[in-house]
Amino acid sequence: MNDTATTVDQPSVSSDGSASLGERLSGVQNLGLVAVLVLAFIAGWVTAPENFLDANNFLTILKSAAVIGVVSVGMTFVIIGGGIDLSVGAIVALASVWGTTVASQEMGLWGMLAAFLLVGTATGLVNGILVAYGKIVSFIATLAMLVSARGLAQYISGGQTQVVEVNAFRSLNNGDVFGVPNLVVMLIVVAAIGWLLLNRTTFGRRTFAVGGNDEAARLAGINVKRHTMLLFGLSGLACGVAAIMIVARTTTGSSTHGELYELDAIGAVVIGGTSLAGGRGTIVGTILGVLVFTVMTNIFVLNNLTTDIQNIAKGVIIVLAVLLQARAQRGSDGGHT
Amino acid sequence: MADTSDASSPILLMEDIVKVFPGVRALDGVDLDVRAGEVHCLLGQNGAGKSTLIKVLSAAHKPEEGTITWLGEQVDFATPLEALQAGLATMYQELDVIDGLSVADNIFLGHEKSRFGWIDSHSSNKRAREILARLGHSEIRARRNVGALSAAGKQIVSMARALSHDAQLIVMDEPSAVLDGDEVENLFGTIRDLTSDGVAIIYISHRLEEIREIGDRVTVLKDGATVATGLDAKDTPTSEVISLMTGRNVEYLFPPRREDDDHLGEVVLEVDGLSREGEFKDVSFSLRAGEILGLAGLVGSGRSEILETVYGARRANSGTTAYFGETVGRRSVPKSVRMGLGLAPEERKSQALLMEQSIARNMSLSDLGSYSKGGWIGHGAEVKDARRITDQLELRPPDPTRRVSTLSGGNQQKVVVGRWLMKGCRVLLLDEPTRGVDVGARAELYSLVRDLADEGVAVVVVSSEVPEVLGLADRVLVVADGRIIHEADSGVLEEDDVLDMIMENTTHVYDDPDRDLKASAPPGAASDE
Repeated sequence: MNDTATTVDQPSVSSDGSASLGERLSGVQNLGLVAVLVLAFIAGWVTAPENFLDANNFLTILKSAAVIGVVSVGMTFVIIGGGIDLSVGAIVALASVWGTTVASQEMGLWGMLAAFLLVGTATGLVNGILVAYGKIVSFIATLAMLVSARGLAQYISGGQTQVVEVNAFRSLNNGDVFGVPNLVVMLIVVAAIGWLLLNRTTFGRRTFAVGGNDEAARLAGINVKRHTMLLFGLSGLACGVAAIMIVARTTTGSSTHGELYELDAIGAVVIGGTSLAGGRGTIVGTILGVLVFTVMTNIFVLNNLTTDIQNIAKGVIIVLAVLLQARAQRGSDGGHT
Repeated sequence: MADTSDASSPILLMEDIVKVFPGVRALDGVDLDVRAGEVHCLLGQNGAGKSTLIKVLSAAHKPEEGTITWLGEQVDFATPLEALQAGLATMYQELDVIDGLSVADNIFLGHEKSRFGWIDSHSSNKRAREILARLGHSEIRARRNVGALSAAGKQIVSMARALSHDAQLIVMDEPSAVLDGDEVENLFGTIRDLTSDGVAIIYISHRLEEIREIGDRVTVLKDGATVATGLDAKDTPTSEVISLMTGRNVEYLFPPRREDDDHLGEVVLEVDGLSREGEFKDVSFSLRAGEILGLAGLVGSGRSEILETVYGARRANSGTTAYFGETVGRRSVPKSVRMGLGLAPEERKSQALLMEQSIARNMSLSDLGSYSKGGWIGHGAEVKDARRITDQLELRPPDPTRRVSTLSGGNQQKVVVGRWLMKGCRVLLLDEPTRGVDVGARAELYSLVRDLADEGVAVVVVSSEVPEVLGLADRVLVVADGRIIHEADSGVLEEDDVLDMIMENTTHVYDDPDRDLKASAPPGAASDE
């Protein structure tokens, strides 16, 4: 739209300034996602009454949401910042392999944890440098990383699954905090940190600025390149955390870990209302998007539907979510593009 | 050339056209009548409604009220294609040809000569050659890739497309803006050929001398309404046309200047021999605290580039810039901002604002450091300061949590300036600060700039509107072809002299009609661009 779209009257916003218009709109959108979740629960209850409403089943859902949820939080930052990270699954695999090599395991638990996080972050930063300073479109830079990181993981592991001897990982997977499994606690912590980082810090503010209008951000004095690099580093760090979690679950490091995570993560972020054009999105939406995905998958599994059917349904869900979003946007936005 | 035989019955009659966009009446009672075989000129400032009017005419917009009579029948075209098929063609400012396709493909785009879906390239090439010959441009080969043509060539292709639909009326929106002198003469020749065949032209241009040369009658728009129609293009005095377009005297808009230099402080900015290849050369000037320096020049003269280089957003090839007496080596925007420079860039929306975000967040963007501790943003102070600035600038509505995209152009510009008020900058660089800003808000911006200068801020104002530079600045640099060609106190400069200087020193005209120098057209009127 042009300058003509001036002074459109919007519903007035609270004067305390605690919620911007954007936050309110996404609040409405998140309500929609909650509604979808409720529908999914009803569907699960109807189709698999005994198994679905079981407490253990809920824990299973949350645990399987945990790993992809952490990856999706990192992805949310990259996408709000105007980029995309296709390499997340491959980084998870690479970090999981690197952190479980004989050399790493000899360093003990802390050495392994450091390896997971460092490898994830470093790989992400390589993405970031390629995108920010090499001026390669993030789609291509991270597509290349997707291929080479997984290749490197295969090379390091010699194609072998690496078994973890350090017992702490098993207890990480089996343990809980007040009945909440550790992995779910990790997701909650990561999501909370992500939310604070996005909404309460200058880093988050700059992320919205860089993704919303990078030229304006640059001329306002923000170091756009450095910030872009850091965003990919952050996504890599999230992948490192996810690698810890997946190694805990499987007690193995493998170059096949995290396959197609990029699709699940991007899908969840988009379902969660984050704009692929950048500049708009929420962590809460992303978490809800992850839950929608995992609950659906759980229902399919309980009803003995095969993975092919699951995948078809996943694709349909993504498309429906984006269509609905586009509609909601048009409705709330007065046609602003 | 004026065709009088058809004078009684216009081929096009638009009556009382009203077009409303959210928050603004872009057209508010426009009347227009066009006769066969005439060149009817449409005049008006940016934002007067010319672009909206031709979009209504070509059925790209639907008017809320009013009637359009085409060839004696009242029409209501549903789509631009319908209008085109009825013989009503429009050539937009941005030439709408597709670079990857051939000349013939472009001419018949949308109504390809085909058989069962297969392009009949033989007959379309042949027909294309006929049309090009009729336009007197048989040198353009039908098979040629349009991307390889000059702007003038593309314009001919665009015109040929109109003729391929048997257009009886062609709207030309600032066709000369992309052409140089000889090409304009060619264009006029083509237009004369067309009108002698009975084709009518609606010709839009800011250049009065062109209108005198090619036009028959003139309609003047102002603030979305017709203020005069049927004026004789040759004999109506310039002063009359301009006073119709502006309808006001601009002088009173500007706040009074200080009489003497006593209020000026230290030299805050010293630019020496600054050059950037292909953009500007050997630019030197100095700026003192409390001074308003104006840069007058056309788009492409290098004025915006100079400003952005001083700001550190572009890197100079040679020359030095000293701030507060200190020469800075490697420049960057963050460094400039820390030192107290602020830039309100030329393109508000694409270069300055986060349209989806609130006023407060846009204002605090350059000063997040002050509103955060260890990276954590304290919400209260930010919104409180934004509210204070919002009140000071008389932003409407005075609500810092409101999204910027809902504001008018003038208020959006205030947000950009507000960002630097919030930061507390010492050198403010303003690039086209009043583009798309209505008259009332302009006056407010002018007095705001003067107030800032009185408080000791040094200001550089770049504008294509010479009266604006002369009215606002203390001292003026005239920029043409990447050089500063004249420097003087604004009090001793006359608008005509500045224009003459610019024209004499400009070798090529740049292709953005919207940013074209509005010769003698003073600021005014809300924008609908």
